[in-house]
Amino acid sequence: MSDHSINAEKYWQANLRLILGSLVIWALASYGCAILLRPMLSGIHIGGTDLGFWFAQQGSILVFIALTFFYAWRMNKLDEEFGLQE
Amino acid sequence: MSQFAINLLFVGGSFALYFGIAIWARAGSTKEFYVAGGGVHPVLNGMATAADWMSAASFISMAGLIAAGGYANSTFLMGWTGGYVLLAMLLAPYLRKFGKFTVPDFIGDRFYSRTARLVAVACLITASVTYVIGQMTGAGVAFSRFLEVDKNTGLMIAAVVVFFYAVLGGMKGITYTQVAQYVVLIIAYTIPAVFISLQLTDSFIPALGLFSTHTESGMPLLQKLDEVVRELGFRDYTADVDNKLNMVLFTLSLMIGTAGLPHVIIRFFTVPKVADARWSAGWALVFIALLYLTAPAVASMARLNLMTTIYPSGPTEQPIEYAERPDWIQTWETTGLIKYEDKNGDGRIQFYNDTPTYEAEATARGWEGNELTVNRDILVLANPEIANLPGWVIGLIAAGGLAAALSTAAGLLLAISSAVSHDVIKGSINPDISDKGELTVARISMFVAIIVATYLGMNPPGFAAQVVALAFGIAAASIFPALMMGIFSKRVNSKGAVAGMLAGLISTLVYIFLFLGWFFIPGTATLANTPDNWLLGISPLSFGAVGAGINFAVAFAVSSMTEEPPKEIQELVENVRYPQGAGNAVDH
Repeated sequence: MSDHSINAEKYWQANLRLILGSLVIWALASYGCAILLRPMLSGIHIGGTDLGFWFAQQGSILVFIALTFFYAWRMNKLDEEFGLQE
Repeated sequence: MSQFAINLLFVGGSFALYFGIAIWARAGSTKEFYVAGGGVHPVLNGMATAADWMSAASFISMAGLIAAGGYANSTFLMGWTGGYVLLAMLLAPYLRKFGKFTVPDFIGDRFYSRTARLVAVACLITASVTYVIGQMTGAGVAFSRFLEVDKNTGLMIAAVVVFFYAVLGGMKGITYTQVAQYVVLIIAYTIPAVFISLQLTDSFIPALGLFSTHTESGMPLLQKLDEVVRELGFRDYTADVDNKLNMVLFTLSLMIGTAGLPHVIIRFFTVPKVADARWSAGWALVFIALLYLTAPAVASMARLNLMTTIYPSGPTEQPIEYAERPDWIQTWETTGLIKYEDKNGDGRIQFYNDTPTYEAEATARGWEGNELTVNRDILVLANPEIANLPGWVIGLIAAGGLAAALSTAAGLLLAISSAVSHDVIKGSINPDISDKGELTVARISMFVAIIVATYLGMNPPGFAAQVVALAFGIAAASIFPALMMGIFSKRVNSKGAVAGMLAGLISTLVYIFLFLGWFFIPGTATLANTPDNWLLGISPLSFGAVGAGINFAVAFAVSSMTEEPPKEIQELVENVRYPQGAGNAVDH
């Protein structure tokens, strides 16, 4: 395997790890806190309702924005670290 | 100035702006027509994507859906935003790197199969046509309500406007009009929401008002709302949902459906670089969130406003007399979207949940049935009137609703016409067509697509109401998995991909048809559409996620039993994974 393809393979593995981590948070915020874990979190009150309701109507969207920007920032940096930027 | 004149001024003004942009942004090549020349700034593309995405349904119907369903309908909020995370990480950057013009382009090349490409075209056209009918009828309704023209006349005006900038400018014209339309629609949505939030709470940011104190009662707003609706026999607004599996699958179907909708995906082909595609997804989500964070606030506040209008002294006291109803109820009664029937003949408006569990209480109060029906789509449109806002806000809402419908319609029409001209005509029928010839064909396809959409908008077929089932179901079960596997697996081959797409598509359609009627023909449903009949409690609208699973499973199984994709295809996969060299791939 040439240096270039080893480098590229490492870059792709780093991307996959980043995606996996991000999607775990993505799922935790929406399917977790907002839906499945809502009864467990019902003791935590926020603005006249419970944390699960907040995640369902507001929190998950904020998490999605943060994740998307984090991914863009991190990947664009990885492109440069691996010399694969345009 | 009369309300009609104000509405005309706002709608006319916004249209003049779109026409101006259309003349400025004419397309001179197929590259400009399909992908706006590939030079759109990521922030502008984010804005255009937001307008492309937020349809008449997001603008007009979503707040009403949430107001009616409360927590249970949070699925729409999460589903229609969470898909952008998938798009940003799993599809957009790589498809941008691939650097061609349409979604079937990628599927056809990656799976080296004309069949795969044509299956993708069929899915794209079915999903987009279903979707565009709703936009055309939405625009027709908005015209007829605000400009006092007949629905079909309204629809034709909408078609002429879209025709003007979509046929002239293609994606280039559409992009810059969408940016303008985003600005119009977000202002129109936010201003009434701010006023309503200030009337009910002490926060001028609706998203914060939702979780703050209801000024009049001193209670948290959501608690107050729960209390009021409970008194009248409705479910608590914040009540939890029993069928969590269905809620999860419905949200997941909306998310992967969103990520797989071609008219959204092609927006990311218009930015200069892979890095820009990533940023642009973030910006799109920010601009979408400005509306999606406001919508749940509008929903709960409008619901509370409606209740306190009918029960000014509280839900345990007598409702208002019909003769004393506010003007806005009268206005909307004339459209038939609010209906009143004095069942117990007491001249008052009894508005409550007419269910067996509340019957004893209703009888004790001398009530003989719910007397008021409110179409949930009017919540956003009637908001300025409910909150007693000045006439120009109503004009603004009219322009905003039209902007939402037209921007999405144009994006869909482009996806449809480019699939016809680029994938079917250039891809299959006449590959040697010149760039100029293809541009003409693209314009003709757009013209035909508009005529078809207008006709279907005037005579909506049964499936037009099934946007969520059909468009999102197909995108989720067929397009999204094929694209994702094309990027993340080198092993999935043409046989696997075609088998997977068909398996996902057919299983989803069959499950939908079982409950909603075969080809949506009324009366042909095999099983009643009730939770008892659903497989494991999964509703037909939630099946897209299951269909996607079937697609993945079949594609991997078939691929593992058949030969590896050829070497050059594996190299193509390598190539889309790394950003380097995207600039050269564009011109082809």
